[in-house]
Amino acid sequence: MAIASRDFRALRLDHISRCFGTLNALKDVTLSVERGEFIALLGPSGCGKSTALNCIAGLLDLSGGAIWLDEQRIDNLGPERRGFGMVFQNYALFPHMTVRRNIAFGLVTQHRPKAEISRRVDEALTLVRLTAQAEKLPGQISGGQQQRVAIARAIVVEPPLVLMDEPLSNLDAKLRLEMRAEIRRIHNSLGCASIYVTHDQEEALSLADRIVVMREGEMRHVGCPEELYARPAHADVAEFMGYRNLVRSRVEAAGNTLTVSIAGARLSGTPMEAVNGDALVAIRPEDLTPAGDAPIAATVDAAEYRGREFYGFARTADGTELYFRSERRVTAGDAIRLGAPPERVLIYAAGDAP
Amino acid sequence: MRADRTPGARAWAFAVWVLVAFFVLNLAGMIATVVLDSIGTHWFATWLPAGWTGRWYGMVWNEFQLPPILIVTVEVVAAVILLSGLIGVPAAYAMARRDFPGRRVAMLLFLLPLLVPPITYGIPLATVLYQAHLAGTIWGVILANLVPGVPFVILIMIPFIEQIDPRIEAAARVYGAGMGRLFGQVLVPLLTPGILAALLLVLVRTIAMFELTFLTAGPTSQTLVVALYYAVFAAGVRPQQSIDAMAVVYTVTTMMWLLITLRFVNPTQLVGRARR
Amino acid sequence: MTLLVLPAVLFILALFVYPFLYGLWLSFRPNGGGGLANYAKFFADPFLYTTITKTLMLAVPVTVLNVVVSIPVALRVRLMRHQRLLTTILVVPITLGTVLVSEGLLTYLGPRGWVNRVLLDLGLIGTPVRLLHNYWGVFLSLVITGFPFTFLLTLSYLTGIDPALENAAAVLGAPARERFKRVLLPLLIPGLTITLALSFVQAFSVFPSAILLGEPAGATRVISIAAYTAAFEQYDYSLASAIAMLMAGIQVIIVLALLAARGLIYSGPAASGKG
Repeated sequence: MAIASRDFRALRLDHISRCFGTLNALKDVTLSVERGEFIALLGPSGCGKSTALNCIAGLLDLSGGAIWLDEQRIDNLGPERRGFGMVFQNYALFPHMTVRRNIAFGLVTQHRPKAEISRRVDEALTLVRLTAQAEKLPGQISGGQQQRVAIARAIVVEPPLVLMDEPLSNLDAKLRLEMRAEIRRIHNSLGCASIYVTHDQEEALSLADRIVVMREGEMRHVGCPEELYARPAHADVAEFMGYRNLVRSRVEAAGNTLTVSIAGARLSGTPMEAVNGDALVAIRPEDLTPAGDAPIAATVDAAEYRGREFYGFARTADGTELYFRSERRVTAGDAIRLGAPPERVLIYAAGDAP
Repeated sequence: MRADRTPGARAWAFAVWVLVAFFVLNLAGMIATVVLDSIGTHWFATWLPAGWTGRWYGMVWNEFQLPPILIVTVEVVAAVILLSGLIGVPAAYAMARRDFPGRRVAMLLFLLPLLVPPITYGIPLATVLYQAHLAGTIWGVILANLVPGVPFVILIMIPFIEQIDPRIEAAARVYGAGMGRLFGQVLVPLLTPGILAALLLVLVRTIAMFELTFLTAGPTSQTLVVALYYAVFAAGVRPQQSIDAMAVVYTVTTMMWLLITLRFVNPTQLVGRARR
Repeated sequence: MTLLVLPAVLFILALFVYPFLYGLWLSFRPNGGGGLANYAKFFADPFLYTTITKTLMLAVPVTVLNVVVSIPVALRVRLMRHQRLLTTILVVPITLGTVLVSEGLLTYLGPRGWVNRVLLDLGLIGTPVRLLHNYWGVFLSLVITGFPFTFLLTLSYLTGIDPALENAAAVLGAPARERFKRVLLPLLIPGLTITLALSFVQAFSVFPSAILLGEPAGATRVISIAAYTAAFEQYDYSLASAIAMLMAGIQVIIVLALLAARGLIYSGPAASGKG
């Protein structure tokens, strides 16, 4: 019944878009997902990441573009004919069915023999460690257990692709960490591809092989976690990834490293795209530290002790606000000089200011 | 869920829409018939009346003694709104905020008059009101209409009150507000949208409440809908067009309030979901 | 503060519970004969006891029709972006009530009304169909006021089911029919039972349209007419109370039977809804 087999090579999104009335929720997204890959769609709410997931699942029609599974075009198929697995944000367990019948749902739909259904459901129950809860209704088990039932229900049909829509957002912090490890363990043991939607950078960084950062319906950055963390492709991605210092500046001198000026001080940095003239400088607070010979003179406005280190907020003479880290105690009113290593000073063209 | 695109699903959807359109068409046709007849001179074996006139409305006004009926209707509706609000809102407040012994029984008591059809309890109620010499008077009509009115206000208001943060009331009490001031200066302003919705719903339901009013009204305490019933019942005594004119007066009155009400509530609330 | 509930409770006790109990007591105090004389009289007189079957003959088919049609319509309307227009149109006949609908149908369905004109002009009939002052007049009026009520209830229960559940079933490979059978219908059963019960109770207490559009002395002499006649034409309040009690009793029996039937076919949680 389902068209997809497990030994597919790649799922390709080919210039897909989706509008809701006049709102372009998804604009011209092109992406290829290989077998075995774990992809995270990351972005703030309303960025189009859930729309993209629902389009892949077939729960939303495309407004343009195509979706291919190897050589087969699948965007014209209904969700029931794609054969993917999906884990929903609120789990969407059938409240009138036991855990066992919930997990068996997809296999029953495929009209599998009874013995096979029973065997595979048992395997799935073991995989998510819920054998003891098999005969309970979803309302009788905890949130973390419901979460695992939802995962088991999605993977028991051995789908080529598992789609997860913020599956951890309803859990408390401790359980989230546990389930994160569990999800990666299950992904590794299955060898399918996973697409995981989240707004939590930490979750995406720790889980994914590749991360797609989305904003206003567009893909802004595609890359591995290390690259996303250290070298975001655009200034808005940098801001989303925790580069709190985003300062307008001008390029003073070009070379292997660019030199820019912040509040009159000259600072060397790494260009992330072609820049001349106006620029936007992005520095993480943890990379901006005080030193006697550092270029930027500023006055501390406020600082707080976070155990081991201080994090503070300073202002330069021309009013530029900077977040910084300090190993020594600083207090409001202190005059300090701030600087950062050139490879940690990212320079973007000012055109795409967030 | 996205809509299915297979030919079978499309045919099925088409059939459903044809059915709905047929229903709405007949509904519109029925109302249009009444309206056209009420402004037509003669209407016999043609698609439309032969000519147009406004005289049936004049006839309704004079011969059916519309003014006293309208006055009674306004009096009954106003009294029912006022009293059901005064009795219902405080009760809804207690039901929403307090868990007291017998709360479930009270809930059942308030649900029953809404679930049992009026004609079923209307006959014993009318019997009791006749023995109390209240039936036949306007007070009998008001009391009878309060029986579904009060529970209706309570059931609409409970969710409204539950959504207000109890700490607001706690704060008011900390600052020394007594029960009266708590209600007057804190709760009523906060609850105004809910109260407005509940009372408008009671208003629409009371205008249209036939059975209870019919069973308890006397000649001088008829509301519009009961007068309309008697007019239709005695058809032949007066020209059909004048009865239609009366029906239009009733329809316009009800629809006017319905449109106002629908600005504040969802249409499904008129059905009064039995969710609890 | 709990005392605030007291006026409302006392009011309902005085004007709803007491009249009911009084009516029950009164029904065993007939104008003549022993304690059960009213009930004996009812079941001995064909003019009285046939009202039960006549009422059921109207209420059961109308209720089943309204509920059966409401389900597919509600399934469709649920997918609509602008449901409000349709729900607003459908709330109109409920608000106008049975008296106005009866008044309107008297002309609309009449021998010279638009329905017969359309059928005549289409050549479907040779002479006007008789749709008034018989069973069908009452039946149609119950559909016009009853269908919107049933539909709006069904729709509210259906939209109360988390749409993610149906999405989940779809992604798991279930086509539309199977999604309905295995997910939506089981979750809808509790709400549907209540809808059936309320719709039936409403149809069973049909009153003005049975007089105005039906044959109140014949085919549509429903039980409420019998009770009304006893009370307000024969002034036999005792017999009228007995008939009202029978009316309530039959409604209770049917509602309990529906709830029991639900218990037999559905054993999940009572709340329809969220996963």
